[in-house]
Order: sequence, then C-alpha cells, then structure tokens
Amino acid sequence: MYFLNRKQRHTVNYTWMIVSLLLIALMPFFLFLGLYLKSFYLLHDFSLSELLFSEVWKPSAGKFGFYPFIVGSIWVTLIAMLIAAPVCLLAAIYVTQYTRKYFLRIMHPAIDILAGIPSVVYGLWGILVIVPMISRYIGPFMGIKTMGYSILAAAIVLAIMIIPFILNIIIEIFRSIPVELKEASLSLGATQWQTIKKVMMRKALPGIIAALGFGLARAFGETMAVLMVVGNVVKLPKSVFDAGYTLPALIANNYGEMLSIPKYDSALMFAAFLLLIVSLFFNLVMHFFIERYNKY
Amino acid sequence: MKLRQKVEESIFKVLMILATYFILAVLGIIIYSIFEKGIKSLSWEMISQIPKGGYYYGKGGGILNAILGSLSLAFGSTVLAFIIGLPVALYINVFLIRKKKLVMLIRFLLDLVWGIPSIVYGAFGFSLMIMIGLQTSLLAGIITVTLFILPIMIRSMDEILRTVPIGLSEASYSLGSNKSETAFKIFTRQSISGIITAILLSFGRAIGDAASVLFTAGYTDNLPNSFLEPVATLPLSIFFQLASPVPEVQDRAYASALVLTLIILIVSLFSRGIGKRYHKTKINF
Repeated sequence: MYFLNRKQRHTVNYTWMIVSLLLIALMPFFLFLGLYLKSFYLLHDFSLSELLFSEVWKPSAGKFGFYPFIVGSIWVTLIAMLIAAPVCLLAAIYVTQYTRKYFLRIMHPAIDILAGIPSVVYGLWGILVIVPMISRYIGPFMGIKTMGYSILAAAIVLAIMIIPFILNIIIEIFRSIPVELKEASLSLGATQWQTIKKVMMRKALPGIIAALGFGLARAFGETMAVLMVVGNVVKLPKSVFDAGYTLPALIANNYGEMLSIPKYDSALMFAAFLLLIVSLFFNLVMHFFIERYNKY
Repeated sequence: MKLRQKVEESIFKVLMILATYFILAVLGIIIYSIFEKGIKSLSWEMISQIPKGGYYYGKGGGILNAILGSLSLAFGSTVLAFIIGLPVALYINVFLIRKKKLVMLIRFLLDLVWGIPSIVYGAFGFSLMIMIGLQTSLLAGIITVTLFILPIMIRSMDEILRTVPIGLSEASYSLGSNKSETAFKIFTRQSISGIITAILLSFGRAIGDAASVLFTAGYTDNLPNSFLEPVATLPLSIFFQLASPVPEVQDRAYASALVLTLIILIVSLFSRGIGKRYHKTKINF
C-alpha cells in the first residue's frame, strides 16, 4: 500500500470498510431471502398450517408434516430452560452479591471454558454420562423402561450448554445495577435478602428476561449435541422419557439424501427457515427488554 | 415474621451455593470424563496418521486428516473473517462515533445475526454453494464458517474498540492524521490485546462447530490439499466414529474429542495470556 499517497490510501481503506459493512448489514436479509426462496417450492404446494400441524412425515410419499419436530424442539427447549433458568439465576445472585471479588475470578474462566466446549463434545459427554444415568437410575426410579436416548437426556445436555451463556449475561446485569440503589435499600433497614428480592430483582427483571430469551433462542437452534442424545424417532413424544426429534436434528440428519427425493431439499430449507424466524423473533423481542433495562 | 425471613434467606442461600457449585462440578465432571475416556486410546498413531483401509472397523490409522482439516478450515475462515471484520469494527468506532442511532442499529443487526443457529448457516451455505456451482469443499466450508463467526469477531472487537478514549483520537487528529490513519494506526494498536482475543475466540468457535460444516465441507480420509476438495473436520470425525458399532472406533471417538477439547483449551489459555501480556497501559484523558 505504500506506493499510494495518503489520500489514495484513505480511499482504499474507506472503500474496504464500506464494502465490508454493507456485506454484514445485508447478511440477515440475504439469509432470510435465500432460505425463503429455497423453501418456496414447498410453500407453493402445501398450505402453511398443513406443514406446521400435520403429523405425517413421509418425504418419499411427498408428505411433509413438521409437527413432531416442532413439538420435539419445543419440549427439549422448554425443559432445558426449566433446568437452566433457576440454576443461572441463583448462581448469578450468589456470585455477585454474597461472595468476594476473587470468587468471580474463579467463576469467569470456568464459565468461559464451559462456553467454549464444542457441541459435539457435549453430545459425546451426554452419551457417556447422561444417557446411562437416565436408563439405569432415573428411568427405573420413576418406574419407566427407557433406552436413555430421550427428550430428557437432550434437555439436560442442552441446559448445561446454555448455562454459561445465560449466566454470563445475568452476572453482567447484576453487576451493572448501581450500588446506590442497594445502599439506599440497606440504609432504610432492609436486610440483604429483602434488598435482593425486592429491589435488585425488580431492577434486573427485564435484563433477566432478556437473558433467558437469548438462551432460549440459542437452545432452540442447537444441533449436534441434541441430535446425538435425543433418539431421532419421528413421533409425538408422550413423556420426557420418549425419544424425539428436533428441527435442527432433522436438517443435520438428512442432508445426504435430500437431493434424491423431490421437494426434500425444499422441506429441509423450510425447517432452516423456521429456525431462522424463531431465532430472529426471540432476539428482536429480547432486545427490547434489554433496551428497557438500560432505560430505567 | 423475623424468623420466617431468616429461614427464607438461609434456604435460598443454600440453594444459591448448591447452584454455583453444581456448575463448577459439572465442568469438572465433563473435563474429567473426557480426559479419563480419551487418554486411554490416545496414541501417537492416532494423531500422526490418516485413516488406513478399514479404519472405521477398528483397523489402524489415525485422525490426522481431521486435525489438519479442522485447523486449515478454522485458520482460513478466521483470516477471512478478520479481513472483513476489522474494518467494520473500526468503521463503527472511528467514522460513526457521532452517529449514535446508526451505530446502535448496526450493533443490533450484528447481535441478531450472532443469535442465528449454526445449522441455519449450514443450510444457507449449502444453497449458496448450489447456486454458484461449488462442490462440498474446503472453500465452501471456509465461506460458511466465515459467515458464522463474523458477528462474533466484529462484536468482540467492537467491545474493545469502544473503550478507546475519545481524547486519543482527538490527539491523533490534531497531529494531522486523517480518519483511516487514526483507525488503522492508533485504534488497532491501542486495542491490540482485545483484537487478538477476538481472533482467538472466533478461531475456537470455528474449530468446534460441526453443524455449519456438515453440509459444506464434506468429509474425506485424505489430507487437505486443495481448496476445491472436501475436507475432514474434527467434530464430524468424532460424530462419525461415535456412530460406529465397533467399540474400538468408539474409543477413538473419545480420543478425538480429547484432542479437540485440548486444542480449544490451549486456544483459550493463549487468549487469556495474551490479553494480560499485551495490555497497553491505560490512558486517562
């Protein structure tokens, strides 16, 4: 670049910046448009309600009902959230309010490592630890015979995967609450627990909701770990010990054969499109909660 | 009333301690079980050879194809994401510093893109590939993974660049430098540690993700030698070996998982060390 003079260098750099920025800014639209166009063939032939609420999934017979996958995804995600949410909230309050600074210095690397472990390794760990645990202990304990590969196994693995993600945000939120608020409450005679429950929680609530929403969106789209432990059976799950199937797992499992059956690729792209919409929707809504938190 | 409050607080305190140590314990269990299972079948042969014939039925060989494949894929996409990401992060923080609304919009878009699951990128990358007539290959994998790690890269650089004090850029302007010089010469140097951390973070993400390369990078037993040929990746190699009914092959999956975990732990250790070492003196204006 040194054969250029300063002004030319500025122009080059500036163009480079603008082009990159446009590329990024247009990416969500490209994603949306690309997947929409790909799933258009399917939407053209079937009505949306037929696709979303039909239970029959027989691609070779031209029947595409996404209902079992959607239900499976929702079950796995909600149970994972039920496990992860209280753990994250309690741990975040403990770490920020009850311990000294050095404890956070231990927790942060631990959270980072948990967040960095790839999903395949989580899946493998699920097969090693969670699946046998369910088939040997939890299942018999509840009086149910199960293989272990189940909605519950997927939910537990998923909960552990999203804990670091949610916990990080909630810790940041509790740390950003002004100390004066806490001091004012304490000086009026409230105990520490009352302060946390009545003052800090109220202040942090929009932020906590946002953190949980981001976690939920992330859990909904998680692929490999869930795919490895959920059992991959196309039917409506009756209990958490049943095997299920999720939307991301559907896409990942069938990419190999999707070009051999007509409309199959379009169906898988439709699944990806659904995932995209759910993810964009949750992130949009949660963004407004974060805005609210920042405002007050 | 007093008693009830005290009981309530102590119950919750116990629950909080349990939750916190539960998280630490889970981390311990994960690391322990990966190491305990993986170390047994980890051998020099595993990491120095490509799969021989019948590897997936328990015969000899190793996963060098996947290790090198993953490294080249992650390296390529990190470089590409850096080339696109750095100017964007700089542009937001140097050129648009006065346009708060626009910056907020861009950050919002980036956060939105960050939240999109990697399988969606995989599907999108796949349809992009078909559109431009590309086979499953290293190049297609790199492009897809780049899209996937770009928001991570930009947002983490952005978080560091926004802490650069305004006085520093004012000093730079007053000495006669223009905006792009300020961006590339002052801002990058001031926040070099954060930029390196962002790069390593993206690298870790790129090497660990399987869903986005499933469609696009393919799989092969050969070493990567061309951008236009399929390439094996570690996460997929773990996945395929684990799906085998042969116990020896499954054991190798554990060993491969150990290799992948070690790579990621090393990368994250590096990013911590570098973050500390190259932290420039804090300037107060």
